[in-house]
Amino acid sequence: MKENNFRRNTLYGLAVLAALLLARNLHVILRGLPDEEEQGAIYRIIFFHLPAFFTAAVCYLLALVSSALYLVKRKARYDALAAAATEVGLAFAAVNLITGMIWARIIWGIWWTWDARLTWALVCWLVYAGYLMLRRAIEDPSERARNSAVLSIFAFVSVALTWKAIEWWRTQHPGPVLRIRGAEGAMDPAMESMIYWNWLALLLVGAVLLAVRMRQEQMAREIDALRRHAHAL
Amino acid sequence: MDERNLTYMFYGLSAAWLILAGYVLSLAAREKRLKRQLDNLKRMIEERERK
Repeated sequence: MKENNFRRNTLYGLAVLAALLLARNLHVILRGLPDEEEQGAIYRIIFFHLPAFFTAAVCYLLALVSSALYLVKRKARYDALAAAATEVGLAFAAVNLITGMIWARIIWGIWWTWDARLTWALVCWLVYAGYLMLRRAIEDPSERARNSAVLSIFAFVSVALTWKAIEWWRTQHPGPVLRIRGAEGAMDPAMESMIYWNWLALLLVGAVLLAVRMRQEQMAREIDALRRHAHAL
Repeated sequence: MDERNLTYMFYGLSAAWLILAGYVLSLAAREKRLKRQLDNLKRMIEERERK
């Protein structure tokens, strides 16, 4: 009971921290930072577009690690973590894709193009959506966990390809703009630091969503166990 | 400032918030459904065990 209260309070604390940080970031993004010289106001989309992709990538990495751990240790909680991380990652990846399309409409004059980065980002999203569909299609919990763990490990290749696409194939999407990716001076330091601040905020949001989703996975397992028990009665 | 540029910035930021808000709402709905299923099952098992 005490542990439950502690968990709930930590979750509320994280949610409040995330909300405060997001509000502060939004204020700085809209009021504190100037327009970009060439793009004007629209460049501000980058403060959600990039952090959303980074957050999704962290979620997919978490899914990869927990899937591998499930295959080694066969503990249900690793499977639950992989499923939860994938779903939360998909939500952030959707933010990345949609904000990118809106930005592209103004900067490139088109909503979408089959450029290497965009295509891989879409493929990545579809592969992980397929992972969730696969989970729904398999009834037996251990078979579901094993098959989806294997898929999750293979699916991570699409994340790596999405990440590297802007270096390997120079097409429509711009190349790296952040210093952590070796782009020196491509972006104003104040703007770049805002990307990291908003990444932190989205990571906090992601952590809260992940915790909630994990609890739901546990509830679903409890329901499965009770159903089996009810059948046996 | 180009008005269209500003409008699309608003669309972009709103889309980010709306997608996350939509996901939060879907999580809340799922939580409610799971709790209801759990309560119903517990009640059903209690009744069966009593008989």
